[in-house]
Amino acid sequence: MPTHSSVPVAAPFRKLGMPRYHLMIMLGLAAVLSVAPFLLYPILMIKILCFALFACSVNLLLGYAGLLSFGHAAYFGMSSYVAAHAAKVWGLSPELAILCGVGIAVLLGCIFGALAIRRQGIYFAMVTLAFAQMVYFFALQAPFTGGEDGIQKVPRGALFGLIPLADDKTLYWFVLVVFFACLLALYRIIHSPFGQVLKAIRDNEARAVSLGYRVNQYKFIAFVLSAALAGVAGGTKAIVFQLATLTDVYWTMSGEVVLMTLIGGMYTFFGPIVGAALVVLMQNYLASVGDWVTVIQGLVFVACVLLFREGIVGFIASKLKRPL
Amino acid sequence: MANEIILSASGLTKEFKGFVAVDDVTLSVRRGTIHALIGPNGAGKTTCFNLLTKVLSPTAGRIIYNGRDITKMSPANVARLGLVRSFQISAVFGHMTALENVRIALQRRIRGDSFDFWCSERVLSSLHDEAWELITAVGLTEFAMIPARELSYGRKRALEIATTLALDPEMLLLDEPMAGMTQEDVERVSALIKEISQKRTILMVEHNLSVVASLSDRITVLTRGKVLAEGDYATVSKDPRVIEAYIGVPHA
Ligand SMILES: Nc1ncnc2c1ncn2[C@@H]1O[C@H](COP(=O)(O)OP(=O)(O)OP(=O)(O)O)[C@@H](O)[C@H]1O
Ligand SMILES: [Mg+2]
Repeated sequence: MPTHSSVPVAAPFRKLGMPRYHLMIMLGLAAVLSVAPFLLYPILMIKILCFALFACSVNLLLGYAGLLSFGHAAYFGMSSYVAAHAAKVWGLSPELAILCGVGIAVLLGCIFGALAIRRQGIYFAMVTLAFAQMVYFFALQAPFTGGEDGIQKVPRGALFGLIPLADDKTLYWFVLVVFFACLLALYRIIHSPFGQVLKAIRDNEARAVSLGYRVNQYKFIAFVLSAALAGVAGGTKAIVFQLATLTDVYWTMSGEVVLMTLIGGMYTFFGPIVGAALVVLMQNYLASVGDWVTVIQGLVFVACVLLFREGIVGFIASKLKRPL
Repeated sequence: MANEIILSASGLTKEFKGFVAVDDVTLSVRRGTIHALIGPNGAGKTTCFNLLTKVLSPTAGRIIYNGRDITKMSPANVARLGLVRSFQISAVFGHMTALENVRIALQRRIRGDSFDFWCSERVLSSLHDEAWELITAVGLTEFAMIPARELSYGRKRALEIATTLALDPEMLLLDEPMAGMTQEDVERVSALIKEISQKRTILMVEHNLSVVASLSDRITVLTRGKVLAEGDYATVSKDPRVIEAYIGVPHA
């Protein structure tokens, strides 16, 4: 190494670990989410939380590894089917049913991920979409998924066999805990040594290779982690809404979650949460206008992209000059 | 030891859909020297680098590094053997700070693989002193905490060199390290290259011929994918074929 006599002693290093303002945002989010069920329907809030997790899973790939998956409905939807089946047919308690869902999402993630990461850019997106379509047709044909009807009347059961989740408020607290556990895990992943390498791959893959990183192994792990997170979202959703249907595996679901991520801001940690909240609230309050929801959603998306290209949170982050 | 060949390529050829970008190039680089690869635009210099670092697979030919046949090796594994390249178009990690850019390279050298997604970033703080030393060595002290994309072109190049050095490579391939730098930067980076070449071997593509003249021990001239001449600066610059290929270049 080149030795230099004048190495400043007190280098102005950013303190590692969660910066204080991120901690504040986390606490603020926790506070808001703790009061929210008293102001809004708990079920609506739960829907937001599930989709926020789902969007975060997409963003782990898109924002932090530079991989646009257009097939995340596969992991979300299959997890939702398996969790519903496990709870209804096997009679498992909700947390175990969700774990079964995550298991299938991880399995699919391993298989599809290993194949998809060999492609780049738009080809990666197309391969993930193709796999997701295969999963869709499987769900359409397989007997246990209930075809067009889906799996209905899934029992919510009792958490650990002890705490019944029939009450919406109780259920909300359960989902909130799951949500924060996942969010913190995701934060750790992104800020781990592994996460650093992911960011390097996203910024400049060729350079990361030239530094000696075997980038496909990192992409693969990111893919599986992302699928797992989508699985948590899908499984939880099935238990909460007592329903798993073809909508969950359909390609429009994949598209919608990418949309949420982009609206919120894909290079940001908190963006997908904001994006998911916005889209879910919009769909909820505009439900009365029927098919026009899609049109309005499209317009909002176009407006967002034109106004703030980095998404809402990305825009705020660039104004504050701080990563959010 | 000193005269031993560290990297040799024989019969190296690369065709792009019928167009031969590198044509039967044979090249030997001695350990501990600075070897320059020069030639007009489009001569195939960068393609040669891509072949040597396995970013591209050669159509024909063999590459031996440190006595090992690396012709079929993956680019990441070549880098792990200590043969590391920089890029002609500046290659930094734009959203990461200058310090993080250097640290990511140190992370690879010191920790190997970083699959530990459950670990805190804090485990990387042990790399900071060395990262800081490297940042200082290339004159980026004031810019350490700035995202790399916000640095000027010359500073990006300097950061790239620091990142490459962080791997402590046995051999460096530098693709136009001085391109786009101010005279002051060129002098500092020249001195740095001279300094780091004490313990290393460098193969360098460079258009700035005064830099080539002052730094390199040996020069290979490439035109249209073929080796035109090879020798020290005095020999090569007097070669009439080289002068012809470089019409209008004052130093030749
Ligand atoms: N991937 C590719 N596909 C097709 N042709 C290519 C490819 N890469 C390079 N070439 C061609 O090969 C030739 C050599 O290119 P190369 O980049 O190696 O030149 P160079 O000597 O580095 O030039 P410069 O001094 O401009 O950097 C050029 O004519 C270029 O157009
Ligand atoms: Mg070139």
